[in-house]
Amino acid sequence: MKKFVASLLSLMLLMSLFSACGGKKSENGLVNVYNWGEYIDLDLIKQFESETGIKVNYKTYESNEQMYSVLRQGGVSYDVVIPSDYMISRLINEDMLAELNFDNIPNYSLIDESLKNMDYDPLNKFSVPYMWGTVGIIYDPAIVGEVDSWSALFDAENSGKILMFDNSRDAMGIALKYLGYSMNTTDREELGEAFALLQQQKSILQGYVMDQIFDKLETGEAAIGPYYAGDYLIMREANPNLKFCIPEEGSNVFVDAMCILKNAENKENAEKFINFMSGTEQSAANSEFIGYTSPNIEVEALIEGDETVMSVMYPSEEILAICESFVSLPQETLDYYDSIWVKLKS
Amino acid sequence: MSKKACSQKGTKAFCLSGARKIKTFFKRHQKQSFAYPYIMWMAIFVVIPIILIGVYAFTDSGGFTFRNFAGMASYAPVFGRSLWLAFLATAICLFIGYPVALAISRRNLKSQRILMMLLMLPMWINFLLRTYAWMSLLENTGLINRALAFLGVFELINSLNSGNPSYIPIDHFQMINTGGAVVLGMVYNYLPFMILPIHSVIIKIDPFVIEAAQDLGANRPTVFRKVILPLSLSGVISGITMVFVPSVSTFVISKLLGGGTDMLLGDLIEMQFLGAAYNPHLGSAISLIMMAIVVLCMSIMNRFGEGEEQAVLM
Amino acid sequence: MTRKYKNPVGNFMTLLTLIFLYLPIVVLIVFSFNKTKSRTIWSGFTLDWYRELFTDSTIMTSLQTTLAVSILGALIATIVGTFAAIGFFKMKRSWRSPLLTINNIPVINADIITGVSLSLLFVSAGAILGFDLGFGTLLIAHISFNIPYIILSVMPKLYQLDRNLFEAAQDLGCTWFQTIYKVIIPEIMPGIINGLIIAFTMSVDDFVISYFTAGSSVQTLSMTIYAMTRRRISPKINAISTLLFAVVLILLIIVNLREARQAKAEAKKQRILKGR
Repeated sequence: MKKFVASLLSLMLLMSLFSACGGKKSENGLVNVYNWGEYIDLDLIKQFESETGIKVNYKTYESNEQMYSVLRQGGVSYDVVIPSDYMISRLINEDMLAELNFDNIPNYSLIDESLKNMDYDPLNKFSVPYMWGTVGIIYDPAIVGEVDSWSALFDAENSGKILMFDNSRDAMGIALKYLGYSMNTTDREELGEAFALLQQQKSILQGYVMDQIFDKLETGEAAIGPYYAGDYLIMREANPNLKFCIPEEGSNVFVDAMCILKNAENKENAEKFINFMSGTEQSAANSEFIGYTSPNIEVEALIEGDETVMSVMYPSEEILAICESFVSLPQETLDYYDSIWVKLKS
Repeated sequence: MSKKACSQKGTKAFCLSGARKIKTFFKRHQKQSFAYPYIMWMAIFVVIPIILIGVYAFTDSGGFTFRNFAGMASYAPVFGRSLWLAFLATAICLFIGYPVALAISRRNLKSQRILMMLLMLPMWINFLLRTYAWMSLLENTGLINRALAFLGVFELINSLNSGNPSYIPIDHFQMINTGGAVVLGMVYNYLPFMILPIHSVIIKIDPFVIEAAQDLGANRPTVFRKVILPLSLSGVISGITMVFVPSVSTFVISKLLGGGTDMLLGDLIEMQFLGAAYNPHLGSAISLIMMAIVVLCMSIMNRFGEGEEQAVLM
Repeated sequence: MTRKYKNPVGNFMTLLTLIFLYLPIVVLIVFSFNKTKSRTIWSGFTLDWYRELFTDSTIMTSLQTTLAVSILGALIATIVGTFAAIGFFKMKRSWRSPLLTINNIPVINADIITGVSLSLLFVSAGAILGFDLGFGTLLIAHISFNIPYIILSVMPKLYQLDRNLFEAAQDLGCTWFQTIYKVIIPEIMPGIINGLIIAFTMSVDDFVISYFTAGSSVQTLSMTIYAMTRRRISPKINAISTLLFAVVLILLIIVNLREARQAKAEAKKQRILKGR
């Protein structure tokens, strides 16, 4: 028996070590990518690997805040991260990003001019837009009726069927917008009011979720929840009853952009990756797969989709006019966000 | 060999009580130097990390501070909820686990072996997946509610209440995203940790002791109360520790089955390190308090174990 | 034990407990053969998830990482732990007791605290010495929480040793190394093997400590599964669990049959001997 166990263990060890070594080798090095979950067409990674010979170590996070924690905790070696606008400015302020060498990113010229030199990176030294989109409500009209306002998320009639963002910035943003304030307010009273609203809402929620919302809305486990517009297009494929709206109070428009971390060990490979993802063909395939809007100006013409797809991906001027972008908040307000978020959930 | 293979999880508890029992010792030789590498290892990877938690708990970016503990009162609900749910889970595990361990110990050796193996086998499926499978069972549109609807249970309940004008018809039982679901997840995951140590202690009770008690005229409840229970107490204490500690510190079960609205201590700590509100200093302070609570609970437990048997039997 | 009482209530509870333990596993296995990704609606039989499993590099790589770290971690812990146990055994009691208390810390401490405290150490040491979390830190963490189990299962065996063994061995001219290698180790082997198996299982099953110490470059199977539960879980993960479960089940059945056969043969031998 001992011999049996011993030989089994050594066999498994040999196998695992052999394959572990065999798998890690790649002729042109490595790039470590840290992206949102459900936010890439994985075939593109395979394509990148076979075209360049660079191995991609791809990991995902749930929210900007979680990504920030992991980076701040340290001990990790990511090269490319893809945070949203407000988080990019926070990372820039805290000196965590490296300046990009745009000579290595020729596809940057294809990026929509209106998405360059944004507030979060005014001189455009650190970031290349990955995707952009809006936040809206995804709902099943058969269960919660037609929705055109954030109030549906705070309505006790929908109790037990509502999902809410599991990150402080998006959740507070919605509460602030519903109350008619700016999503970027630093006014303690306004923030306090929004926090009180979220506390009230907690009792009628089914849960705080991020990407688990896919599963819950697709199966009909929940009937309404705010999420990113692109993901609605994916959920709709599994559950055609779902509808999407940008509430009349206005919403958030975001840009997620690719950045390279200051301590990146594979900066050139990272730039190659960024350039690859920005290419027209790749960005179109990616956009089509994840439902978010590509910043590449040539992509819109390539997207094939019905009216809903186009209206969700490329919202009208009127809708964009009522949407607001997140900006980086002062440290004091950020601390406040962290503390109320812990309090809300405790 | 196979018994070991299947009872390895339980040996954790068994070893605990084994180490406690080590009383006698032999003459010493110079071979104690064999332990030096491990003593170094412990110093670096056990002692220093715990000291680091202490250091983080009493500092912030500026330097020494008590600030991390100052706001602790606002987390009292989390502490209360965690302790309460872990207490419930431990109590349920004990009430299920003890009779089961006893029943198993009364079977013949062969079926004991098979039963213990059956109890351990689920452990070989990753606990995250087993918990996730509970999610499929408990959801509002999950398998249990579907089965009940198929059997017409909800129709029956609705028709029974049809006379009541304020009654709202139901089409499911709310099971997921409740405290009950979290307790169920804890009981499910840690029940074997309760059964194993109790079983391993009960089978070691000398059958002659029980026969002697019977010969002296003790009836069945008396034998249990005066002989089996006191002698199995060390297993019960190991079991309680092994269920309570992971229950009070879990952060996965509450995330999967609790809906993420009400945090437990584990969630709170995880959130400060790798979650949505980075603050390792606060996280360390909470960890430190949690450690203190666990040590306190365990020392109370051990006092019970070593104290008069009568005190426990009451 | 005395078999004088019938225990219908206890037996019934045992049955219910087993149903309770296996219900989600049945669900998990059944839905690994489901045609769609749904976790609750059955829509037809397929083996596609098993086929896709072997081409999913994330799952396969994390399975390799899990096996590598569990086996290496358990082996190293067994070697270090066995020698440490012998050392502790030879130590003055006043030294041994506090050391054994420290040894018990990782066993009793909540996993999350072990994980967090080790990650604090690795991150601060890494910042000074210039390394990142990775396979190395993951392995160290696994060894650290494994050694106590080795010591706790080897120590009782050492106490059961006949102390005359040492003297006899040395009287017969054994060097200290030979005493250890030829006399002590074989005697305590059951404890060592038992500890090794516990350590291996703890490593395979661990999620929390790995989660805090693995960093960005490696990922264990548990971590992959956790990441999946935060998104949309794929039945592929049900498939790999079913396979692992089947492997363990088959191993256990083989071992049990072998033992049963050996026991039978032994009993037969005894009978024959007695008959003569």
